[in-house]
Amino acid sequence: MERSRLVFSGSGGQGVITAAIILAKAAAIFENKSAIQSQSYGAAARGGSTRSDIIIDDSEIYFPKVIQPNILVCLTQESYNKFSAIIRPGGLLLVDSKYVTIEKKVDAKHIALPMYDTVIKKIGKPIVFNICMLGALIGVSGLIKPASILKVLETTIPEDFMEMNKKALSLGLEMGKKEKY
Amino acid sequence: MKNKNNIRFVQGNEACVEGAIYAGIDFFAGYPITPSTEIMEHLATRLPQKGGKFIQMEDEIASMGAIIGASLTGNKVMTATSGPGFSLKQEALGYACMAEIPCVIANVQRGGPSTGNPTHVSQGDVNQARWGTHGDHAIIALTASNHQDVFKITVDAFNMAETYRTPVVLLLDEVIGHMREKLVIPEPGEIPVVERLRTSVKKGIDYHPYLPREDGRLPMSDFGAEHRYNVTGLFHDMWGFPNNNPEVVSELLRHLVDKIENNVHEISMHKEYWMDDAEYILISYGSSARSAIHLARNRRSRGVKLGVLELQTLWPFPTEMVKEKCAGAKAVIVVEMNMGQVVTQVKNAVDNPQTVFLANRIDGQLISPTDIKSLLRMIQGKGV
Repeated sequence: MERSRLVFSGSGGQGVITAAIILAKAAAIFENKSAIQSQSYGAAARGGSTRSDIIIDDSEIYFPKVIQPNILVCLTQESYNKFSAIIRPGGLLLVDSKYVTIEKKVDAKHIALPMYDTVIKKIGKPIVFNICMLGALIGVSGLIKPASILKVLETTIPEDFMEMNKKALSLGLEMGKKEKY
Repeated sequence: MKNKNNIRFVQGNEACVEGAIYAGIDFFAGYPITPSTEIMEHLATRLPQKGGKFIQMEDEIASMGAIIGASLTGNKVMTATSGPGFSLKQEALGYACMAEIPCVIANVQRGGPSTGNPTHVSQGDVNQARWGTHGDHAIIALTASNHQDVFKITVDAFNMAETYRTPVVLLLDEVIGHMREKLVIPEPGEIPVVERLRTSVKKGIDYHPYLPREDGRLPMSDFGAEHRYNVTGLFHDMWGFPNNNPEVVSELLRHLVDKIENNVHEISMHKEYWMDDAEYILISYGSSARSAIHLARNRRSRGVKLGVLELQTLWPFPTEMVKEKCAGAKAVIVVEMNMGQVVTQVKNAVDNPQTVFLANRIDGQLISPTDIKSLLRMIQGKGV
């Protein structure tokens, strides 16, 4: 496979970093790929824009940071404004249509999906917004198998929350698969 | 075949914790500080699971005191901190050098001086690890660039602390500490574990805590158990009592330095990438070595004879090894995230110090392969 460099961005509390860890862990442990996840920290704990970098590849990954992502996910307007310029030409930009209005065109495939609204409408709990986003991302890109994500969730999430997460993942997958990339 | 329970996807700090558990840690005392806190956090869970003791102390000074005391009573011990905390630990660290008490101090480096740049990476404490505590002494400092190696050198750190009865500093950094990657926990026995060497002197018979065996090693007796003896930061005789007789003073100081400096070949660890025919050599360590290896792999595919020498033992500095590996290189570039700490050692080591250059970054960002490439092209006369 070609090296995948991803940046997930949003605001603190949206689960952006958790989603990044789940994706990288799924690739590393259940698909036997090399994967690295890192995040930038500020001194503040809440709010502001969060960013997490993920690299997935078949060969060894040394430099762990992403400079030009070929996949960029933005879950807030602030993070979109901040990071949309760094996307690799021809890459994929995935945003949530409730939170982000795409303003300037960059050389990338733009996909805006109503992930937040769908989660609220069908599940009613914003806590699984990030898992829906992962589903959409995998639906669009085919980056890894949905089953690998489920395996990670099974080992990290209390059983009572599993059903809700499964549903969020498949809602995302459905939305994502309709898009072409 | 590895079973899946042995495969983790963790932060470097957790890899360090798993290494400590594998090495047989019994006791941890610490005070939380970014970016080392996860070491403490995970040990708070892991240590009680195996019957060990974890304690959060009131500060870093007390933590250092606590691990020294616990070590003397027969436990394998560790503390973890970052720059400002490492500064606070220096006095007691010197005490552990002088009283020859095995202990491991992890310093997950962040930007300094002072409280500096808490959430960002730096490698500015290399010289502090060497000379942070006052007075002549020797020290062991180890580092690594990936989680498998972090695990391994943590085990090595415990082993060396026991073998040489000395504090060992684990110099990690924020990038390694916080990033997540795969770690495969080795099976028991895959990496040798050195246990505490205890005296065979029976209870009721005089035990000399500072009387070396023929091989130079000092068997210990768990403090408070079978033998009464004195421990002090003053120069001392074989009973552990203060003594400033010039012969005693010079003999002890030589012993403290020689037991480490004379074993550089045992303590020194490094890795080589494309070094066999390298015309240009990158010397690096910790997270910056990842950028060096990335660049070398990339340049090799374009025919540039670039190699990487990754240091895992920073102190005692492997002067002879560096001299030998760099002989004949057109240029040597030391890649580190400080104003030039290891580069000074490399210049001292090699035959032609004028061919040694520094590629650094000091703004809290991980040095990138492009940063190093720019300097390499300048040296090659190709412009940037």
